[in-house]
Amino acid sequence: MNRFTLILLFLVTWLSVFAQTQFSGLRLWLTVPMALSPALICYAALTHGFGITVSLAVLSGLWADSLSASPLGMSVMPLFLLGFTLQLQRHLILRDQGFAQFWIGLGAGAGVPLLTLGILSLTGSQPVTGRFTFIQLLLLGLLNGIACPVLFRIFDLLHRSFDYRPLTTSSFRADRETVRGRQFRLR
Amino acid sequence: MLKRTHYLALAGVGLLTLSLLNLPASLQTQVKSAIGASFLPLFGIRAAADNLLDRAGYQVLPRSTLIDNLLRLERENAELRVSTLQGADALAENQRLRSAIGAAPRGPWHLKLARVVGRDPTTWWRTIQVNLGSRDNLKPDQVVMSGAGLVGRISQAGLSHSQVALVGDAECGVAVVVKETRDLGIIKPGQTLSGDGGLVEMTLLQNCPGIMAGQVVLTSGLGGVFPAGLPVGTIVDTRNEDGNVFTTARVRLTANLNRLEEVWVLQP
Repeated sequence: MNRFTLILLFLVTWLSVFAQTQFSGLRLWLTVPMALSPALICYAALTHGFGITVSLAVLSGLWADSLSASPLGMSVMPLFLLGFTLQLQRHLILRDQGFAQFWIGLGAGAGVPLLTLGILSLTGSQPVTGRFTFIQLLLLGLLNGIACPVLFRIFDLLHRSFDYRPLTTSSFRADRETVRGRQFRLR
Repeated sequence: MLKRTHYLALAGVGLLTLSLLNLPASLQTQVKSAIGASFLPLFGIRAAADNLLDRAGYQVLPRSTLIDNLLRLERENAELRVSTLQGADALAENQRLRSAIGAAPRGPWHLKLARVVGRDPTTWWRTIQVNLGSRDNLKPDQVVMSGAGLVGRISQAGLSHSQVALVGDAECGVAVVVKETRDLGIIKPGQTLSGDGGLVEMTLLQNCPGIMAGQVVLTSGLGGVFPAGLPVGTIVDTRNEDGNVFTTARVRLTANLNRLEEVWVLQP
C-alpha cells in the first residue's frame, strides 16, 4: 500500500457516494442506485489496516447521509460493523479468490441496507418500504457482488502500477560465490 | 480476538453515531449542509457538463428546426398572454368576492425555477436535491411543482442546495380532494409492488362508492402546506378496506417524478 492508492481509495468512495445520487436513467432501469460503498469497505477491510477501514466507513456513511433524507449518522454504524467484522475474520477469508470476493460483496451489499433499515425502524423513522424492497436489496447485493472482484482487480492493478516494482533479477553471481569447506574444489 | 484498539473504535463510532442522531434538527441540518458542501465541486462539474451537452445539442440542430420551435413558442406565448389576461380578470373578481364574504385574500404564486441536481442515495426515501437554497429565499415547507403537477415540498433548505420530499414520501403527506365527487383523502407514503415512483396510494376519509378510475385528484388546501387546486394525479383503481369503512385508491401522479429535470418552487 502506498499513499497514492490510499488517496485513490478515499477519492473513489467519495465519487461513488455522489454517483449514487446521479444517473437517473440507469437508476430507473436498475430500480436501485449505484451504491458501491459496501463493496469498497469490503476491499478496504480485506487489504488495508483497521484505522483506514474505520475512517472509510465513517466518512462514507457521513457523506451518504449528507445527501440523503436519513438522519445524520444513520449509515455509519452498518458500514463500520461490516468493516469491523471483515477485519476480525480476514485471516479466515480467501480474499484473493474471485468467488470469495463476490459472495462477500453480495452479502455486504444486501446486509448493509437491511441493517440501516433496521436501525431506521428502531429510531421511529418511516422509510418507504414494501414488498419490492426485498428485490431491491437482492439487486443491491448482486451489484456489490459483481463490483467487489472488479474493485479488487482495479485497485491491485493501480497498486502494482504506482508502487515500487519487485526486483526481478538476482544480484547473485556464481563466480563470486564463497565456497566454504576443508578443500578447495573446482566447479 | 478483540484488541484494545477494536474496543476503542467500537466505543468511538458508537458514541459518534449516538451524538449525531441526537443532535437538534436545526443543528443536524447545518452539519449535513457542511458535510454535503464537499460535493459542491462535483455538482458544479455536473451542471457545467449539462450546459456543455445542451450547447452541443443546439449546434447540431438544423436552422429550420430552430425556426419552427421559435414560431411555435411565439404562438404559445401569445395564447398564454391572452389566458393570463383572462386569469388576471378572474383573480381580481375572486379577490373582490372573497373580500365581500370576509375570506382571506389569495395572492398569485411567485415561481422560482430550480434545477434538479441529484436524487436520494437510498431506495427508501423519495427526495431530490435542487440547486437553490436559503440564499435564494427557499424555506422548508415551500411547495414544489413541475409543469404537469405537484412534485412535493421543501424538506430541508441548505445555503445553496435544498432537499425536496416528493409526493409519496413519509415527509410529504398531502391532503387531497377528488375533483368530480369532492371526496377528501390523504396521499400516504407507500411503495407499490413494481417500485414505480409514479403510483401512490390515497386513503379516502370514508367509504366513497362514487370513486372510480380516471377521476382527477387535486390538493384540497387542508393542512396548510399545499394551496388548494394543484393537480396531483388520476385515479387508477380503488379497493375497500377495513370492512368497507375506508376506500383506498391508487393514483397515477401527473408529474413524472422519475424524470424531473427542472421544478418550480412556489413562493408567497
